[in-house]
Amino acid sequence: MSTETPSKTDPSLGDYQYGFHDSTDNYVFKSRKGLDEEIVRQISGIKNEPQWMLDFRLNALEIFFSRPSPQWGADVDQIDFQDIYYYMKASDKQEKSWDDVPEDIRKTYDRLGIPEAEKQYLAGVKAQYDSEVVYGSLQEDLEKQGVLFTDTDSALREYPEIFREYFGTIIPSADNKFAALNSAVWSGGSFIYVPPGVHIDFPLQAYFRINSENMGQFERTLIIVDEGASAHYVEGCTAPSWTEESLHSAVVEIVVKRGGRFRYTTIQNWANNVYNLVTKRAMAYGDSLMEWVDGNLGSKITMKYPAIYLMEPGARGETLSIAFANNGQHQDAGAKMVHCAPNTSSRVVSKSISKGGGRAGYRGLAKVVKGAHNCKSSVVCDALILDPESRSDTYPYIEVEEDDVTMEHEASVSKIAEEQLFYLMSRGLTEAEASAMIVTGFIEPLVKELPMEYAVEMNKLIELQMEGSVG
Amino acid sequence: MATLTITNLQVSVEDKPILKGVNLEIKEGEIHALMGPNGSGKSTLAYALAGHPKYEITGGTIEIDGTNVTELDANERARLGMFLAFQYPVTIPGVRVADFLRHAVTNRRDPERKEGENLMPMREFRKELKERMAELGMDTEFARRYLNDGFSGGEKKRMEILQMAMLQPKFAILDETDSGLDSDAVKVVSEGVNRLSGPEMGVLIITHHERLLEFNKPQFTHVMLAGKIVETGDAGLAAELHANGYATIRERHPEAAAEQSSEQEESLASV
Ligand SMILES: Nc1ncnc2c1ncn2[C@@H]1O[C@H](COP(=O)(O)OP(=O)(O)OP(=O)(O)O)[C@@H](O)[C@H]1O
Ligand SMILES: [Mg+2]
Repeated sequence: MSTETPSKTDPSLGDYQYGFHDSTDNYVFKSRKGLDEEIVRQISGIKNEPQWMLDFRLNALEIFFSRPSPQWGADVDQIDFQDIYYYMKASDKQEKSWDDVPEDIRKTYDRLGIPEAEKQYLAGVKAQYDSEVVYGSLQEDLEKQGVLFTDTDSALREYPEIFREYFGTIIPSADNKFAALNSAVWSGGSFIYVPPGVHIDFPLQAYFRINSENMGQFERTLIIVDEGASAHYVEGCTAPSWTEESLHSAVVEIVVKRGGRFRYTTIQNWANNVYNLVTKRAMAYGDSLMEWVDGNLGSKITMKYPAIYLMEPGARGETLSIAFANNGQHQDAGAKMVHCAPNTSSRVVSKSISKGGGRAGYRGLAKVVKGAHNCKSSVVCDALILDPESRSDTYPYIEVEEDDVTMEHEASVSKIAEEQLFYLMSRGLTEAEASAMIVTGFIEPLVKELPMEYAVEMNKLIELQMEGSVG
Repeated sequence: MATLTITNLQVSVEDKPILKGVNLEIKEGEIHALMGPNGSGKSTLAYALAGHPKYEITGGTIEIDGTNVTELDANERARLGMFLAFQYPVTIPGVRVADFLRHAVTNRRDPERKEGENLMPMREFRKELKERMAELGMDTEFARRYLNDGFSGGEKKRMEILQMAMLQPKFAILDETDSGLDSDAVKVVSEGVNRLSGPEMGVLIITHHERLLEFNKPQFTHVMLAGKIVETGDAGLAAELHANGYATIRERHPEAAAEQSSEQEESLASV
């Protein structure tokens, strides 16, 4: 068995740190390439799913085929949907101990530092490898308090009632083409239920790893935070630097009930040949707080606009978003806030950085529906462009159907940091040191919102992006 | 003895020639004043010396102790002892004064330091920073603030002098460090410069005011007009210019004066 075969990885992808991969020879199951009804039936069959789920998938497949690709945002027409493996299963079951995870896979997670982090500061972990979750853990006391943290496939089997009550209700298959695709071929992802009043102090972490070339990863996450409960979920993502592109298209559905608090943090660091097209949406009920903290560093193209629907009075939504687009990357990221009830408030802070010809954009919607009086919405987006080759765009959309609304929108004119660079360099910092310092400073207001460990990781990733930036 | 030698320096900004052959020699321990009307090229000289990439050196040389630094990056020049106190210091949100300065000071003291190598010990640095801040009457709270972010005009200028005190350059160019300061602040800054400009440092003071020069009496005064130094004298020349303005200078150098005013009209027209 060979690990880390470097032969087929693309040297032009440079020094992406997580670009290694394992052999796929020992996989338990690999679907053939391409997408059609047979593949969907096969996935559902392997998973032994109830009829309703198969019907759900087939319906979604039809929607997927009938929809054109979006013609706004990033260019996704280059994706050849028939050149992708839709289901790859590396291991035949999910383990509760890292020792039982097949060696190749375990080594991968070791290199990513997951078992170590788990020991130190995590309340629970899910590790997804291609299509399936290969490792799962949850602290015992949380289990006793009724917290559920499983992969989504197990949830369908083990908690069918609560599963069916919410699944696909927040993001219906028909929402958009990629939501339809995910609904047709979804596999893995996290399912979390936090019972009323239970507070989870440490983060629950999921780690998504694409290993195979031409792979499509379609995890499906469903999270329910019951009344007065609180939790923080963190996801990280990496993939090998293959020459052929991979596709990651997730759907994340969240419900935060009355008085609950939930934070969803993403540190997306896909290799620069992954299309990352993700639909994320939360419904926040009375006096609850929902927060998205969204860090997008990797991928070739990312299109992602986490949404919060503020459903009842007193609900608050917050999105903090960081996008870093380097050479060959297009980050089209943003946020949606939909005020469906009176006295709701939302805040979006977005920071984007583009460098080396990369393109980063903010695309956002702030919407207040009829009858939602007294809402407050604030959007602040800043862009930092590090050189004249790079680009930044801002597309804020505002739809307001009431008069008594406080709307603030600030977008700082994208600035080339030339004067800042010179200032720091005139004090003896090299160009790389100076630009790393400016970028770290630029995102500092967001990074300081992260728990220590993630703040450190975020800064480290940014530094890696900045290395060798001397041009 | 350390010497900064500027020979026939010509500088263009966006292909427009601004400096047209500047000659100047500054030795350690000397104080030079540089005066001249608005737009005559004083800041351009300062930026060119510090190594701003937009200020293209089209002819002539800058040497530090006989080493030609004309082709060096700003950071390499800084490590060799060049320092510019900016006329308009830049704000850098999110970057704390102490973090930035510790980095800068480490590089200045160990010019061979490579990226990623250790910084000077925190304790030693903090102690020194505190002392320098006290001398300049600055609250230590400034060390934790973001660089120049929300600083008043006067606070920014003090921050420039603090950086100079920490970096201990061989040659410091102060570009209108005294403008925008109230009279108490001018005194503090002047005393600060005075304390630092011992035998170890040469200073070029660009100013339109008298106070800074009263505390730091120049041995040489240079007057710039249309991108050239047209006259050099002693402290008396500075006093004369303060009393009478530039009228007599223009009379003595009609060609440069004409060039200067036509350039000014041109740049106003292009606004
Ligand atoms: N970055 C720039 N872009 C365009 N023109 C510039 C730039 N920097 C300087 N100049 C021009 O060069 C000329 C000299 O400007 P400089 O700032 O050196 O004058 P100064 O002597 O410092 O004036 P002041 O006393 O007002 O500070 C001016 O005409 C100015 O408009
Ligand atoms: Mg000036």
